[in-house]
Amino acid sequence: MNHHRARFLSVGITAAVLTATLAACSSSGSPSGGSSSTPASTKPILIGTSLSLTGDFSADGQAFLKGYKLWVSDVNAAGGLLGRQVKLIYLNDRSDPGQVVTNYTTLISTDHVDLTFGPFSSLLTTPASAVAARNGFAFIEGAGGAPSVFTAPANMQAHNVFDVSLPIEDEMVPFANWVASLSASQRPKTAAYPMADDPFADPPVQKTQIALQKAGVKTVYSKIFPAEVPDYAPAADNVAASKADVVVLGSTDVPTVGAFMKAFQQQHYTPKIFIAAAGPDQGAAFTSAVGVGNAAGTMVPNGWYGGSPNPQSQKMVAEYIKIYGGTASDINADVAEAYSVGQVAQQAVEANKSLDNAKIIAYLHSDVTLQTVQGPVKFDSLGRNGSATTYIFQWQNGKYVLVLPVGSPGSASILNPKPAWKNG
Amino acid sequence: MGTELTRAVINGILGGGIYALMAVGLTLIFGVLDIINIAQGVMVILGAYLSYALSVHLHLDLFLGLLITVPAMFVIGVIIQVAFIRPLHGSERTSMSLLASYAVAIIIEGALYLFFGPNYVTLNAPYVNKSISMLGFHLPYIDLYGFALAVVLVAAIYVMLYRTTFGRSIRATMQDRTAAMLVGVDVNRVAALTYGIGVAVTAAGGMIFGASGGGFNPNSGYDLISRLLALIILAGLGSIGGALVASMFMLTLESIVDIWQPNWSIAVFYAALVLVLLIKPTGLFGRQAARAQ
Repeated sequence: MNHHRARFLSVGITAAVLTATLAACSSSGSPSGGSSSTPASTKPILIGTSLSLTGDFSADGQAFLKGYKLWVSDVNAAGGLLGRQVKLIYLNDRSDPGQVVTNYTTLISTDHVDLTFGPFSSLLTTPASAVAARNGFAFIEGAGGAPSVFTAPANMQAHNVFDVSLPIEDEMVPFANWVASLSASQRPKTAAYPMADDPFADPPVQKTQIALQKAGVKTVYSKIFPAEVPDYAPAADNVAASKADVVVLGSTDVPTVGAFMKAFQQQHYTPKIFIAAAGPDQGAAFTSAVGVGNAAGTMVPNGWYGGSPNPQSQKMVAEYIKIYGGTASDINADVAEAYSVGQVAQQAVEANKSLDNAKIIAYLHSDVTLQTVQGPVKFDSLGRNGSATTYIFQWQNGKYVLVLPVGSPGSASILNPKPAWKNG
Repeated sequence: MGTELTRAVINGILGGGIYALMAVGLTLIFGVLDIINIAQGVMVILGAYLSYALSVHLHLDLFLGLLITVPAMFVIGVIIQVAFIRPLHGSERTSMSLLASYAVAIIIEGALYLFFGPNYVTLNAPYVNKSISMLGFHLPYIDLYGFALAVVLVAAIYVMLYRTTFGRSIRATMQDRTAAMLVGVDVNRVAALTYGIGVAVTAAGGMIFGASGGGFNPNSGYDLISRLLALIILAGLGSIGGALVASMFMLTLESIVDIWQPNWSIAVFYAALVLVLLIKPTGLFGRQAARAQ
């Protein structure tokens, strides 16, 4: 009896786990494919994407979803695309490069989406774009800016990747230029370069290291640490022990930056200049984790900020705040990246008056300049946005302000040196 | 170099205490119930979130909050055992427990996403970011408190196991479930209470983890579980004191590797595990040794 009960239970639990997993994996906003009885001309346009709604990139994935949804809402409110409503189908990849491949295969082969939008992170974009390439889809994305995304064999052959954001390799160039421009007495003497083992995090830091070394800033620490460890204290303590004037952190997310900041504070070490590749750009998600006081002076590169004078951006920011509340500084830059993906796709579809992906790819490679909330977009032969503007931002008095390039409209003076750590 | 090494050893010992707090519940549950609680990582995060909720909404100190979170987690543990684990019987019980605890992990993770969202949070208190200067090193208060808590809790569990009647029931169940039943031990009650205690201890581990790290969200438990499993396997499944020793050993090793090549630290962590198991397949304080204590 017990044996039968156990078997019954085992089948039940297996089914429950599978159901829960499938439910977690397919948070589809709508049923796929639409109704077969609906005439083709009035069927909604299906756009498929895979997002990290859970897993390591879940904070970014959820922010991306907000950006995509905001764009879909705006497009539909304005009459849709080619006169048809737009429907977003999104699957959860759990931040897993294997799951993202399955998801895009499902979106294309089973859901028969018309267009595909990118996931979050370079780590997931590379395998995802290969699936799109195999199926002849354009792959417009906003968070896959690592060099490895563009030079992946699938993209070298199909040229189907289009990153609407700035290529990450150059994102710290304004920072390196600024440090090099400081007078000899003001210029830092030493620098530390801890980097997470991630295709997104390392290239901009390594490029900055080369530039600062040329400017006479001595490297006292340059090491790569595993991207997914629960404890960064040993690496952070070693950086603190180096007493470097500048720390250029190759981070991928908020907890990495938070762990380094906490360890620095515990070790009574405040670098004069502190910049991180990612994390501080996540608005309230960053300040709620590290504390507003501690955020002061922390810098981060990005292509967009909530206070951007770009009219399209201001409209999007107003809409976002109306729906989700908060302030412009609280908005995660991922929202703008996702929204820009939709804008680029919209302009390509409307220019072609067609959903034909081959035509979209050809159009996006035609040296046309498109407008987005992040600014102008113009793609080179590998899909990099050559018109992207690179900014450096800094947290000052609880606000996320533009500081570099010096003299940019709306920019503020850099807090230099970084204020001492505070509690809360 | 001497200073770096000493700092690495100190980091390893203190960090080992924190990991022991998270791992001891896992090994206790395995020792009594013969099941691998895959949900342990998520339980740690649940404990951290409970501390977070009390800290943010009731402004309770993190350690005072344990007076609420530990009993709450005990109740949660008992409920999980009764609802998901107890019904498992037969030869497939251990393997089915993996699925059952995975289901528990997914449910808890989903609930945490629902209540707290995906953004990272940290546990704050005046002492969390501070440290004490000792022998030329800055030792974080939270790590010192965490280590002390680990020693106290491991000692308390040890006393409970070897100096109380209930502990005798637990050890009898660990050694032979059927024989324990024959001599009048209510093994279902023992199993439920032990599972509850294992999860309750995790509340303390979760609080220290949340306060010592750079931030956590509902997903953070998955980065933990493989390391926690490695630690209790190295210690010897079921060994309480072994979990503390193994945690300190592995974290120290990792910290030392971090000095030269941080990117190798994870590989060395698991290579050391394999090496120890090749030499001593039952772990440092293997099951037989642990149960004979």
